[in-house]
Amino acid sequence: MNALVAFFHDIPLDLILIQTVNGIVTGMILALVASGLTLIFGIMDVVNFAHGELFMLGAYIGVIVMVATGNFWLALVISALVIALLGAAIQIVTLRPLIGRDPLNTILVTFGISLILQNFALWYFGPIARRMPSPLTGHFNLFYLDYPWYRLVIAALSAAIIGGFWLFLKYGKYGIWIRATTQDRVMAQAMGIPVPWVLTGVFALGAGMAAASGVLFAPLVGVDHSMGLDWVLKAFIVVVVGGMGSLGGSVVAAIFISLLESYASIWVDPSQAVIVSFVVLILTLLFKPTGLFATPK
Amino acid sequence: MNETSNTALVSVEGLHTYYGKSHILDGVTLHVGHGEVVGLLGRNGVGKSTTLKTIMGLVTAAAGNILLEGRSITGVPPHRLAQMGIGYVPEDRRIFRLLTVMENLRTGLDRHGVSEERKRELLDKAFTYFPRLAERRSQAGGTLSGGEQQMLAISRAMMLEPKIILLDEPTEGLMPRMVSQIREIIEVLHKEGVAILLVEQNVPLTLAASQRVYIMEKGIVRHHSAAAELHVEHTIIKQYLGV
Amino acid sequence: MTTTPLDKTMPPKKPTLSHTVVYWIGFCVVMALLIVAPLVLPVFWAKFLTEILIWGLLAMSSDLLIGYTGMVSFGHSAFFGLGMYGAAAALLMVSPGNVWLAILFGLAGAAGAALFVAYFSTRLRDIYFAITTLIFSQIFYVIIFTWTKVTGGENGLIFTRPHLTFAWLYNARFNLTTLHWFVLAIVTASYLILRRITQSPFGMVLQSIRENETRTRAIGFPVQRYKIVAVMLSGIFAGLAGVLYAVQNEFAAPDFVYFITSGDTVIFNVMGGIGTLVGPIVGAGFFQLLRELMSRIFGDQFPYLIPLGFIFIAMIIFLPQGLLGFARRWLNR
Repeated sequence: MNALVAFFHDIPLDLILIQTVNGIVTGMILALVASGLTLIFGIMDVVNFAHGELFMLGAYIGVIVMVATGNFWLALVISALVIALLGAAIQIVTLRPLIGRDPLNTILVTFGISLILQNFALWYFGPIARRMPSPLTGHFNLFYLDYPWYRLVIAALSAAIIGGFWLFLKYGKYGIWIRATTQDRVMAQAMGIPVPWVLTGVFALGAGMAAASGVLFAPLVGVDHSMGLDWVLKAFIVVVVGGMGSLGGSVVAAIFISLLESYASIWVDPSQAVIVSFVVLILTLLFKPTGLFATPK
Repeated sequence: MNETSNTALVSVEGLHTYYGKSHILDGVTLHVGHGEVVGLLGRNGVGKSTTLKTIMGLVTAAAGNILLEGRSITGVPPHRLAQMGIGYVPEDRRIFRLLTVMENLRTGLDRHGVSEERKRELLDKAFTYFPRLAERRSQAGGTLSGGEQQMLAISRAMMLEPKIILLDEPTEGLMPRMVSQIREIIEVLHKEGVAILLVEQNVPLTLAASQRVYIMEKGIVRHHSAAAELHVEHTIIKQYLGV
Repeated sequence: MTTTPLDKTMPPKKPTLSHTVVYWIGFCVVMALLIVAPLVLPVFWAKFLTEILIWGLLAMSSDLLIGYTGMVSFGHSAFFGLGMYGAAAALLMVSPGNVWLAILFGLAGAAGAALFVAYFSTRLRDIYFAITTLIFSQIFYVIIFTWTKVTGGENGLIFTRPHLTFAWLYNARFNLTTLHWFVLAIVTASYLILRRITQSPFGMVLQSIRENETRTRAIGFPVQRYKIVAVMLSGIFAGLAGVLYAVQNEFAAPDFVYFITSGDTVIFNVMGGIGTLVGPIVGAGFFQLLRELMSRIFGDQFPYLIPLGFIFIAMIIFLPQGLLGFARRWLNR
């Protein structure tokens, strides 16, 4: 007992609080990425392997617009729109022909797309990472650290986007269309809902959300062609832990896993802290494979 | 009886469908005139539901023609058909269980070119005919009783202001008391000028509510006459529907 | 009616005598060509062919799961990688390196990984299974990448190629030709063993699981146990490919454990035709050839994966049977 107390006494409280904030910030971005993924899966039964690449391309476009105009918000909006259009094009060309076939085909196809997009980025943008200047300079005092305001803004923005999206689903006319299509695709058609376009729209929405996360995240790290891979893996873990198709579940799972990883980074090297998410996944699979935080959607 | 398919609202000619290797519809031909109530009778499994589904574009026809007001609609996607005026009320209702009653109705209301006024009118009409739905308008569809779900399924289709409603076994699983309510609903729809193609196992209801009746057996229409010419004890009824 | 790569097909019919004769004649012709190859081909192409055989073995191992059991796995990079590192361990720990010990260690490593992955992932089906295997292969990647002390981390491990030894009878360095024959012998043996397995009662159960898992379980088969064994068998042969790769190239690197390798494997399978065993080998060859061709025509820096990606996607949509898919029934008799 004494050893336990001593153990916790040794860890500076402020370090824990700082990591909590960090965990929430990364968690919100992860939640935004995972939301798009779980949405696409919930409605279309499509596992979008290319999601990480949409995130990455969104970040690149954000950098380009930012460098050209100096306006971060313009970068965010343009990037989301462009990638949403790209998403729609991808869905129409490669996923529509596969409707009605075994859903495992969609994993293969989106995997092919992710290869194409990734190599395109490498070829077109080159291997050197690009930096995006932070739209908000200025720090505040978080204990002994100069904590950048920007990080809090990202978390708030991500939350706002997710919240806005949830409201859209619940109350908007198109939100009802999407929910009806998720529940019963056949009857949605019988009610005049243009289901093929709803599916395209959902994919585009998911893509746009991925792009937005990319732009929001860009000032924190360098933007390069491989940044999508790590995110897509983490996002998949979040989606499985949160319950595939459950928006609320993904958000909770994202924050939960990010917090755990942040705390773990106190003791171990960050590149090893990833193991935390793996452990959570294994435990979920062992005890509650439908998802730890699944809420009925 | 004359096959006046060129003046019919919906007509089907020589329809063939398959399910894997099974030949389900083997050349079905029938028509429904404007504002008519037409019954489609037959034993279980003869293809009555499949006929409705094929008209609605939910099943692809291998051969044959489907016409709406004389124009071919074969191969037109279901959501377009709904917009063109074909309503579909399937077996086991299939309302959106996780949407509220109001949201269920909105899936039919939220269409192009419908003014807010008209939407309110349609809603009022639905709630007048089905006061129980008005009471439960914020409840999730899945919490409604079987009879209420049937009412919701029908009123949802009515929100489309359809020219014809394809009704698949509306009385299945309902209490006898509800059966007469279904009869009344069909009357009301008929008065409003909506055509109905009614698939049913309940022979007395069908004969009472329809102007004409088709009887199917093994994927093809075997008999066609005015409903008035038949009655429950009729030999033809016994032949095709008797146990 | 189009069929998809993952479509259910009828179980194979009994082979006729003429079929058996044609099959084995074809087999001998192909074998003869492969044996003679290193003697007539220029060095580059001979090595190229050897490497195709190794990737082909990896792809073939995955076909047992994808084509015969109906389970798409993205975990093969882990099995391949552990075979590679297992061999590295044997070759670094014991001096002079013994090729058979390398194989033993490699297979043990791969089998261990396969058991671990199988235990968790076979609880799930279809898409969830695929995702889980992918995540597990990443788990292995992270472990290998960060445990620098044991695995050499980012840089991997380097070692020298062992001699080819047959007890006391023979001991010599591998040269290009003998290495090729060694690889060919192992890959051929693997093919024959896998073929035997798919045609055995065990294999029939696997195919029945692919056709209709629920029915198979209802009949009384312990489906999960069969799945675990299938994953382990698949993993062992994938590990064998890893050993061969290590022996041929004299290094082990974490890049191969990244899930992209699993993805490549699945690509070889789909391109070549799943459920045929040889299809994936052809798919591997086709892929590598295209890649080589493109880098020759367009230069080294050309992102060959872009057109290859398009070809892959087009094949899934329009030619889901893969290159050899049309011969699937025939090859399985």
